Formats: sequence, structure tokens, C-alpha cells
Amino acid sequence: MSGIGREKNRPLAVYAVLYLAFLYVPVLFLPVFSFNDSIYISFPLKGFTTQWYASMIGNEPLLAALGNSIRVALATAFISTLLGIFAAKAVTRYKMPGSRPVIGAIMLPLVVPEIILGTALLIVIMQAGGTLSLLTVTLGHVLLCVPFAMAVLMSRFEGFDRSMEEASADLGENAWWTFWRVTVPMAMPGITASFLLCFTISFDEFIMAFFLGSTDPTLPVYMWNQLRFPQRLPGVLALGSCILLISFFVIALAEYLRRRSSFNDETAKVTID
Amino acid sequence: MTDAFISLRGITKAFGAFKAVDDVNLDIARGEFFSLLGPSGCGKTTLLRMIAGFETPTEGDVVIDGVSMSAVPPHRRPTNMVFQSYAIFPHLDVAQNVAYGLRRDKLDKAEVAGRVGEALAMVKLSGYESRRSNELSGGQRQRVALARALIKRPKVLLLDEPLGALDRKLREEMQLELRTLQRSVGITFVFVTHDQEEALTMSDRVAVMSQGKPIQVASPRDLYERPNSVEVADFIGKMNFLPCRRLNGSGEAGEVEADGLGRVPVVNGAECPDVATLVVAVRPEKLSLHADEPAGALKIRCRMQNTAYLGDRSHYVVSVDGLERALAVSAQNADPEAARQLAGGASLWLSWAPDALIALPAER
Amino acid sequence: MTSATSATLAVDAPRASAWRRLLMRSEALRGYLLLSPTLLVMLGIMVIPMIGMVVLSFWTQLAGNTFDNAFTLKNYADAFTRDMYRILFVRSLGISLLTTFFTVLLAYPVAYYVAFHVKRHKMVWIILMTLPFWTSYLLRVFAWKIILGYNGAINSGLLSLGMISEPLTVLLYNPSAVVITLTHAWAAFAILPIYVSLEKIDRSLLEAATDLGDGPVARFFRVVLPLSLPGIIAASVLIFIPTVGDYVTPSLVGGTEGYMISNAIQFQFARGNNWPLGAALALSSMVIVTVIVMTYVVVVRRLTARIG
Repeated sequence: MSGIGREKNRPLAVYAVLYLAFLYVPVLFLPVFSFNDSIYISFPLKGFTTQWYASMIGNEPLLAALGNSIRVALATAFISTLLGIFAAKAVTRYKMPGSRPVIGAIMLPLVVPEIILGTALLIVIMQAGGTLSLLTVTLGHVLLCVPFAMAVLMSRFEGFDRSMEEASADLGENAWWTFWRVTVPMAMPGITASFLLCFTISFDEFIMAFFLGSTDPTLPVYMWNQLRFPQRLPGVLALGSCILLISFFVIALAEYLRRRSSFNDETAKVTID
Repeated sequence: MTDAFISLRGITKAFGAFKAVDDVNLDIARGEFFSLLGPSGCGKTTLLRMIAGFETPTEGDVVIDGVSMSAVPPHRRPTNMVFQSYAIFPHLDVAQNVAYGLRRDKLDKAEVAGRVGEALAMVKLSGYESRRSNELSGGQRQRVALARALIKRPKVLLLDEPLGALDRKLREEMQLELRTLQRSVGITFVFVTHDQEEALTMSDRVAVMSQGKPIQVASPRDLYERPNSVEVADFIGKMNFLPCRRLNGSGEAGEVEADGLGRVPVVNGAECPDVATLVVAVRPEKLSLHADEPAGALKIRCRMQNTAYLGDRSHYVVSVDGLERALAVSAQNADPEAARQLAGGASLWLSWAPDALIALPAER
Repeated sequence: MTSATSATLAVDAPRASAWRRLLMRSEALRGYLLLSPTLLVMLGIMVIPMIGMVVLSFWTQLAGNTFDNAFTLKNYADAFTRDMYRILFVRSLGISLLTTFFTVLLAYPVAYYVAFHVKRHKMVWIILMTLPFWTSYLLRVFAWKIILGYNGAINSGLLSLGMISEPLTVLLYNPSAVVITLTHAWAAFAILPIYVSLEKIDRSLLEAATDLGDGPVARFFRVVLPLSLPGIIAASVLIFIPTVGDYVTPSLVGGTEGYMISNAIQFQFARGNNWPLGAALALSSMVIVTVIVMTYVVVVRRLTARIG
């Protein structure tokens, strides 16, 4: 065996590490300058300070925006994951004619520019006589999150041993109880991952919140508004660093849950007569 | 049949143009250990799943204890199933798995614990209550699946190749245990397997399935001794087939002109001996080899082609003049010296009992 | 048990069971029933809004928030004939094409490295590559504003090192700043599909190619690259379509030179207050992008079919 593709390729390895640096280093400038004791964001660094972080604590509008973002993200994550469970379960469990185009349609928001989805929703909301609020922002975020929730949950449900649910039915439970006693607990890592993912997407999302939000902003819109004032830039950096840190943590957790296949020890024989 | 407990009436299951199960009519008696035997793809599992309610027949009806199941969903049927993969819930421990089906019975905790304890004792798993499925061996999972199904006290227990994943020794042990268990609980078992030895060992009756239909339904003894077709004869055990022409006879006995053997008496294995072409079937162990000419009329000269020593018995391949294909013969090695002599001898004699040859229609 | 009794029992079953029986028999019906909440919601927040947008694009804006709903093609005529929009369309497409090209080109070797050379910690690599993607898009773009700005990291760094005497102005507020930023922001969309398609390649095919006399380079171009084409196509489409309509990046780092069509759309929905024109611009860009993507996919498929 020559072990093709396994031989050491040093230039490629170096390139891969450089690429990783390209991905991470730009983002690291945010935390670096957030501790810099100067309102100008430029080298050389002036000195270490935590004043930009301290100034966030009593900042009423910021805390209000944070509260808005958390509420919207929680609602979005809950609704999207629930809709994702229904849809993923349906397409993985049942043989349905025409399910491929239907899946494609649900996945569409992944590739359509957000500005188009956002303005389209805006048009209908205004035509229907609605008013913009955190609720309309949530609607926009659900639209963006359902495809992700569905993708995460589909991969979870695809490895599902169908006889688990049949066993539950066989032991006397109807579809409703089978869902709560078998399907949900077994899919829990996927459900949690989907929830965390949707939470983060919504928490970080700007365009929908910008177009569909009222004067009551979410955190990204609040940050956007702050960008107009150069003297507040360091504060934005501190806030952004906090958001980055939280996002990284939540996403790493979601990825861990999603990729950990906890039931692979089941000797599920798939030979069916 | 008046004592049919499970009655399958004209069951057909079509997947598109393909008929997985094709117009099956079967009656299974109360308390019977009934096996569905056949190669993979013969429709036996589909049939079992239709009894359980996981598949809906395209046509026909399943009747259990006099009640039509056509509008009864799986969770309301008086059947329980041991799945091929066992389907032990990975998020629950053994006791919770076994107690799973008791929720609707609204028992108090002590009662549930009592029933679970009983069920686990029955399958010899007492003390394993708090284990998870990934901490159990294949055999133990199988026992959990069994306890979980039996705790519901079903009218019918359905078993879908439950021993397939076990190694040989454990499998033989479980065969015996399952049989004993079935006798003691008195529940009707419907057992699906592709292993003919397993089916013969355990069952009261066996239905041999092929291409969606049962081709013979009989006791293990009858299946082996009196197969009704080449297909069954070939599937159950080993069999020599010889071309022959029909001479006369009706009912139980007859006479044929068989290649190589000449005019020989046969038992009419099939119920339709009037077809134009027949074959004669004979089991390898019903033929005896002799170094010297034996007494009796049913004998013929033969030459040794090949031998295989299997310890308790030996397999021989012998050729007979006028017969295209060689014959397989099997003999116990009770006398090793005689066996050695047979293996070494070039010219030998072959004899058989009058009821050893079975005539079967040479279909297909 | 006689058939008469069982027949009676069957008839006794409740009449509602006709529905239940239909459900039991039809898998597709059960599936769509379970799918219906999601489909209804998506209908409400995606399909109907899209239809609404199409309808609006044929109307005319009146004073305030009212519209004249007489059918007109004027908005589309404006979108396609006015120089400003034509420039923005062309620039948006150009920026997206460049972004797609560079993103795929830069990501391919990394995906290749992880698929073929990383042995033990593949998952760690993949998670590391995709992790930044999930964090705030706004912040990632904003980071480039800090890096490329007049007083930004690069300029101030070079100044303090004495390599330049005054800040470079070519870094920020132009199309190339947009391309750089987008290439960084959409990396994960290139790495994942390409990695998946590379990972799927049967290793024995590579051994066969070597066995038949191909060196590493010939093997790459004759076996690996053609087989990873589906991943490249997927990556290109996944990057090209959304970047054409990107709003945050051109707004933050593009300047007036780097404005894209989305800035014009946003303007019509805000200060410009001409929603029908905004809708027409949005739909036009979507149609143009769809046509380009379909042509691209067909052409690439044709080409590979000929090679194959």
C-alpha cells in the first residue's frame, strides 16, 4: 500500500495554517483594540484599560437592546426548532412524493439575499397594516433560521432506527406519546444544537432587524447606530468582543452536540427481510 | 378452520408493481409456536409487520381472536413484537424499557416495579435494572426486548429474526429457552427466521415462504420427511434429485423409472403426482453405502468420487452408471474403521428403504 | 371463529375510522400533515411576501405610504435603463464573481488538505474553519473596517514601522475592500461543500490512477478535480447568489465607489421612499443572478460531460 494522499505535504500544511490565521486574525483585532486606552483605533497600542467594558454596565439603551435581542433570539430559536422538528421528521420518516422540491423551497432562504427576504416581508407587513416591532423582527429571523434548524435535525433523524418508534407503538403508545417518550429524547442533542444555532443566528442578525425593526433596536442594530459616532467606537469594540465570545462559546457547544453521535453504539441491523 | 386464533385472509402487499406478499391465507392456532421461514426477500417480515400493524395490507384482512385488525392501529393491537434490532430505547435503562408499555395501565410504582421484576426474572436478567442498552451484550438486549414485550401480556408475540445477531452457541441456547418460555406462558408465538434449523427446532408448525407465498405449511417432521415441492425439499436440509418417468401408482405409493436406479417404488410427496415430469428426491442420510452387496431388492452398484470427514459423520459423493449427477450420501461414523474402508473402496453398493424416495413435480 | 362475527365487528368500528384508515394507508398524507405547520409558516413569511413584492413592483408610489395599483412597467424600465442602476448591477455582479472566484480558489487547497492529509482531528479542523462563520456577520465586516481604515491597523502599523510616510487611502472604501471582506466572510460556504465532495472520493480511485501511471499532478487534474466539481459548483452558487445582494459589507467598507445594488434597494425603501422601484430593483437582481447561475451550472455540466 502506498497510502496515497497520506504522505506529508508540508507546503499544503503551512498554507492551511495561514488560511486559518486569515480566518481568525481579523476578528481578533476587535478584542485587541477593545482593551486599548485610546479612542483612536490605531497602532501602536497606547495601554491596557477595561474602561470600555466598565462603561457598558450602566448603559441603559445598550441593556435594553440586549434584552430585546435575547427575547427575539429565544422566541426565534423556539419557533424555528419546533418547525424544524416537524419538517425534518416528516421528510425523513415518510415517503412523500414531491418532498425534494418542498425541502428545496424550505431551504431557499439560505441562498436568497437577506435584503430581498427582508424587504419582501416589510412590504407585506406594511400592506397588511401591521406595525414594525420585535415581533416582525422575530418573523424575519424565523424565516432565516428554519433552514438551519431543518438541516441540523434532518441529519439527526436520518440516522434514526425506525424500529424505535415502532417498538413504542407496539407497546401501546400512540403517535403523540411516542413522539414525546421516544423521538424527542433520542433527538435531544440535535434539538439542543438546533436551538443554540438558531439562537446565535438571531442574536447576531442585522439585516432583518434593521429592515423589520422599530425604534426599539436589537443589539446589532444598536451597534450599527453607534458606528456613526467615532468617539463611541471603543465601546462598540468592547460590546462586539463580548458578543463574539458568547457566540463562539454557544456555537462550539452546538457543534459538539451536533457532531457527537451518541447512539452509534446501537447495533442497529438494517437488513429488512 | 374453527380454532384459528390468527387468521390471515387473502393478504396481499404490493410495493408498486412488486408483490412482497401475494394473496396469503394462513390460520394459526391459539398457543402455537408458528414460524415463517424463507430466504430474504420472501415476504416473511412484511407479513409479520402486517400482523403487528406497521404495514397495511393492500388487500385482505388480519383477524386476531375474531376481531378484524383492518382499522386497528399498531398501538391498539393485542400483539407485541421483538424487533430484529431489538429497538432497546437508548435513553432509558433496562427497567424503564421494560416498564415502557405499562404507562397506560395506570399502575402505582410498587406494582410497576413488581411486574418489571417478574418480567426480568422470567428472562433471567434480575439485577440489570439500571443498565443502559449500550452496557448490554446482544443476548441481554434480546432478553430485555423479550421482557418488554411479554410484560404487556399480549395475545400474540411476534419475533422478527430475534436470534440473527447472536453467535452460534448463544443462539442455540436461546432457541431452547424461547421454546421453554413459550410453553410456560402459553402465548401464541409467530417467529420469522431464515434459518431452517432454527425453525425446525422450535416450531409446532412452519410456513415455508417463497416469493410472497407460503408454499408448504406443516410440522417440522412433515416438512423434512414429506416436502411438497422441489423448492421446499431443496431449502430444508440437503436433497438429491434424480430425473424420472412416471409408471403407475396413486395415493400414497407409486412406481417410477428413475435414471440410474431403474424401476423403483416412491412415496408421492406431492399432492399432485399427475404432472408430466417428476423428479425423485432422496435425502443423503437415507442412502446407505456398503462394501459388500447387501440383502434386499433396493440396491445398486456405485463408485466413490469424493469423501469428506466431518467428525461425527462423513459425506460421500458417489456416481452411478446412467445417472448424470453424482449422489450425496451421508453416514454416521459410529464405526471409524468401517468408514475408513468405505472411503478407500472404489466399487461399492448403495441401498435404501422403500419409503426413502419421494416423487415431486419437477416444476420450474 | 366464523367470518360472520368478524364482519360484524369490522362494521361496528366507528365511522370516523374511514379518515383513520386513509391516514394509515397513505404515508404521503401523514407526511404532509406533519409538514404542514412548517409549510404554512414558510408560505406566510416567504412565499406570500415574495408574491407581494412582485405585485408591488408593478405599482406606482404616491405620496406618503400609498400606492397607485394600476399596472405599470415603469419601475423595470427605470431599473434597466438608468445609468446609475446599470452601473450598480454590473459592479455588484463583478464584485460577487471576483469574491466567488477568490473564495473558492483560496479555500480549495485547505479543503483538500483536511480531506486527504489530516488524519486524526478532521472534525476539529472543520469546526475551526466554520466557527467564525456563525459569529456576527456585522462584526466580522466591521473588523475589516478597523484593519483597512485610514487610521486603521494596516496604515497605523506601517506608519509606526516607518514603511510609509502617510496613510494609504487605497485600502478602504473601494470595490477591492469589498471583495477582500466578502472573501473572508464567506469562507465557510466554500470549504464545507468542497470538503464534502473531496471526502467522498474513493481512495482506491487515486491508487488506480497512480497504478496506471499518473503522477501526483496529473492525478489531481484528471481524477481529483473532476470528481470534486460538484463541490465547487455548490460552493460557487452558495457564495455568488447571496453576495450579489449583500448590504452590510458595501455599506461599511465600500464607500461610494464600492456601493452595490443593495444600497440602492435600501435607499428606495428608506429615504428615497419609492418602494415599487425598490421591489423592481430587488427582483431584477434576483432574476439576473438566477439566469447567470443556471447558465453557469449548465455550462459546467456540459463541459464535464464532454471530458467524461
